[in-house]
Amino acid sequence: MSVHGIQVTINGRRHDASVEGRLLLSDFLRMHCGYTGVHVGCEHGVCGACTVVVDGAAVRACLMLAVQADGAAVTTVEGLAGADGGLHPVQQALRDEFGLQCGFCTPGIVMTLAALTSGTGPPGADSLLAALSGHVCRCTGYQGIRRAAQKLGGGTQGEPA
Amino acid sequence: MNEMKPVEAARYVGQRVPRKEDERLLRGQGVYVDDVELPGMLHVAFVRSPIARGRIRSIDTSLAREAPGVYAVLTAGDLARFKINMLSFYLSAPAIAIAPLATQRVAYVGDPVALVAARDRYLAEDAAGLVTVEYDEEDPVVTLDDARSGPLVHPDTDTNAAIAMGEEHDEDIEQRLAQAPHLVTATIKHQRVAQSPIETRGVVVDKHGDGELTVYISCQSPQMAARYISLALGMPQMSVRVISKDVGGSFGLKVQPWREEIAVVAAGIVLGRPLKWIEDRLENLTAANQAREQEMTLRVAFDAQGHLLASHADYHLNNGAYPHGADCNIAVSMFLWAAHKMPGFSFYTRGWYTNTAGLAAYRGPWAMESLARETVLDIAARKIGIDPIEIRRRNLVTRADQPCTTPFGIPLEDITPAECLEILLEHLDVAAFRAEQAAARTQGRYLGLGFATYIEPTAGSAGISVLASDVAQIRVEPTGKVTAVLSTHSQGHGTQTTMAQIIADHLGVPFEDVSIFEDDSSRGGFGAGASGSRQAVAGGGASIKAAELLADKIKRIAAHLLEADPAQVRIEAGVIRVVGEPDKTRSLREIAELAYGEPERLPPGMEAGLEVQYRYRPPPLTLTSAAHACIVEVDAETGFVKIKRWLCSEDCGVMIHPAVVEGQIAGGLTQAIGCVLMEQVSFDARGNPTAVTYKDYLLPAISDTPDFEYIHANTPSQAVGGFRGVGEGGCIIGPPTLVNAIADALAPFGPIPLELPLTPTRILEVIEGRSLAPKAPGHAPPAAIPAAPAPTDVQPVPSPLAAQVPPPAADSSIDGTWKLVLATPLGPQTFNGRFKSAGNSVTGSLISDIGTENFQGVLDGNNLKFDLKVTKPMSLTLKYDIRFDGDKLTGKVKMGIFGSAKLTGERIER
Repeated sequence: MSVHGIQVTINGRRHDASVEGRLLLSDFLRMHCGYTGVHVGCEHGVCGACTVVVDGAAVRACLMLAVQADGAAVTTVEGLAGADGGLHPVQQALRDEFGLQCGFCTPGIVMTLAALTSGTGPPGADSLLAALSGHVCRCTGYQGIRRAAQKLGGGTQGEPA
Repeated sequence: MNEMKPVEAARYVGQRVPRKEDERLLRGQGVYVDDVELPGMLHVAFVRSPIARGRIRSIDTSLAREAPGVYAVLTAGDLARFKINMLSFYLSAPAIAIAPLATQRVAYVGDPVALVAARDRYLAEDAAGLVTVEYDEEDPVVTLDDARSGPLVHPDTDTNAAIAMGEEHDEDIEQRLAQAPHLVTATIKHQRVAQSPIETRGVVVDKHGDGELTVYISCQSPQMAARYISLALGMPQMSVRVISKDVGGSFGLKVQPWREEIAVVAAGIVLGRPLKWIEDRLENLTAANQAREQEMTLRVAFDAQGHLLASHADYHLNNGAYPHGADCNIAVSMFLWAAHKMPGFSFYTRGWYTNTAGLAAYRGPWAMESLARETVLDIAARKIGIDPIEIRRRNLVTRADQPCTTPFGIPLEDITPAECLEILLEHLDVAAFRAEQAAARTQGRYLGLGFATYIEPTAGSAGISVLASDVAQIRVEPTGKVTAVLSTHSQGHGTQTTMAQIIADHLGVPFEDVSIFEDDSSRGGFGAGASGSRQAVAGGGASIKAAELLADKIKRIAAHLLEADPAQVRIEAGVIRVVGEPDKTRSLREIAELAYGEPERLPPGMEAGLEVQYRYRPPPLTLTSAAHACIVEVDAETGFVKIKRWLCSEDCGVMIHPAVVEGQIAGGLTQAIGCVLMEQVSFDARGNPTAVTYKDYLLPAISDTPDFEYIHANTPSQAVGGFRGVGEGGCIIGPPTLVNAIADALAPFGPIPLELPLTPTRILEVIEGRSLAPKAPGHAPPAAIPAAPAPTDVQPVPSPLAAQVPPPAADSSIDGTWKLVLATPLGPQTFNGRFKSAGNSVTGSLISDIGTENFQGVLDGNNLKFDLKVTKPMSLTLKYDIRFDGDKLTGKVKMGIFGSAKLTGERIER
């Protein structure tokens, strides 16, 4: 087994670690760094629960190796809250719209929406809804998630995507 | 009707208050079982059977033990000292022996054979791959058809029918069916599905102290899990504390711990090290218990106007190898015609063992009744030439028809499915839709409208001991804040919010000041948590009763201090006031500090402190009603179904939290959409699972669900608080609503197959009128497989109820004490029978934990018949018909409306 030295910035904090080549980024974030808000639902990239933001892009932490994140900046759900400790607009929208029940898929959905709404200008509800089709929620029937996405995307209403 | 006691200044019940759970969950600060880390903790991986049926010839763990990071490799023998038996949800012993790890045989692909504990999960899995197990493989029993004709799944049984109830042939019903103006017959098949909570199963065990065990587990009730673990391990002397803070959905799968969790708990005791096992998704889709897989042939007779005359249901259920409870799903028969004016109904229901993962509950385990009834009503409406709405109007029990009883004798007092349907129709212009549908068809577009109505049993409290009651402990802390410890448990249900709303209202305190704890078995009393849509009713009732007791105490203390009449004391927003005397106020904190710290100032004789407990038993059954409609468009080119509209008209009684109610319905409906359109656990002919990732096992996505429209009715129930359960309903009424809409859309092409899932392939077969699918290998009988050596334990399978008639043995006598096992719908019941014969008359008694029943019977050769009247759980005459041969006996017991159950016995004393 190969061991590699890596340096990853997670939620603004630098982490130096020696990891095995086969260690998944999801397991590195959870077990080695304590970011247990990264939830592992399927381990094959379908459910989206483990989604984190790596260098600005939403990625599935179960499909990426920790060594691949060497030199990268990673944001997990724990790193989203504002300086005042308040909820990120994505978290607030999901809260206002009752977009979660058990909360297990939630961090992944939050991170996808956070990545897509981080640019300037509204991303458009359609693109948010299209991205959310890559997330599985078993509790809510997606009703509050869709309302939150419509709100965050600029309020586009209409037929379900 | 129930007279609702007006709630004093209800401020929170009925409001969409922000959920107390959401802040931590949105920040990723929930604590799920995989988030628990303990010093020295080892990680478990299982070695699982790659074959569905066979004998274990040898297990070689030597290589695995030497692998890096491995602490131990355990097999069944290492856990044998616990004599573990996996109990049913009712906490009764199963009909067949179930050990946590396979002993001599494996019975499904994924059957756990050995357990590896290593420093991390990666190393544990490496080592699991080094365990060599040699098997003598045998032909498996995979499908219901296989079960009926194939070899025995469990060699110790005499049939693959785990349990059978009812009457296959009821002469009276047969006559009514034969003579009716209209007879509709249909066979409905529901596929096997995986509950698929997005958090899989998982457990962490920590043995510490002197015989203490702390277990962190993903479950539906920490109380239930603690009781189960203690009983299954046969260690009531061990103090078992179960902690389950956040759970990522359960849906029936986590209603009780099962083989893997119990194996890990036992291994944790053996090894004396903290152990963690987190199921991965492959394990979850192959080795976790699964749900549904059932078929029903339903015959229904109607008069010329479409009124129901009689019905018979023939029902089969695949229990898999090791079900949570060997089951023939009696609730399916019980609720099939419960909301309808049905003059005559009989049923025959069987649960079968197969070499597949065992059966577990899934949101509305009896949902097949609604799917079968509602789809057949639509077929009947088409045949008789009346509207699907009209056939429901003519047959549903309305408010005016009540009180009345169902064919099973269940009293109906306040169900409203007919009224829900009429309210629904105020929000749906059916005539306009029919015009749109007709116009669309001329353009080659196929729109369909489907309806369904149902009633749902929620919060049952009779006959199932673990569901009898729930408990609330509420205290006003010395700080004036309120904490409540409840036997409810949220896995997304939001009970930390809804129960706080109720308590805040009934205590007169701010919602923000109430905290709910339900995550630690050592902090409260027993309750089954989330089971059977019970939490709003049972937990809510307990919360109200406890809050009222506490409010009463606070008022009496305040009245004593303020020299006022207790009846004039009010608690509002945490402040105690006296009506008409604005100067006389106290804060709740002042009262609490005094109650704990200066008990001498309390009214004479009053107990110190501000804490109460109330254990609430809800009414025997609280019924929820609904009518749903949905509109679909089926693409005739691709076979894809687009859901355009979905209306839910439901009566949840007094509504605690509209967004929570709607969330439960929407979640259930989305799982229903999955069942109807895409989800399918499948096997090949050798019993290998063929949908083992979420790339093959399809789940509904945001793009598959419409915006659900809700119309709430609020007929208070008989329960304290007037609540009704809504947890399972969407998953029950959803499937027939959608199937009926698809059938309506495809009506120009002919009838659709009532076989789920209705995949694009199946739908295109209807549209194109030809078979498109290759014959599924999973449906080929095992006989088609190249012949394997004939297993030695293949026996002819006798009919489950027709006891084999042994040749009379001259020296045989019934006299003595017998251990008897009766296969009832609630699982096997074990009791002793004592018999004493004199000529052809027999006196005797049946002795169980509940008591002793005496009887007199008649002997005819080796046949003994006697009747026994019982009053629990209801008044029934049990008719025993026994054949004995040597020291064994078999027979059947007729149990009134419940049909017949199989009896087996062994003489233990002459």
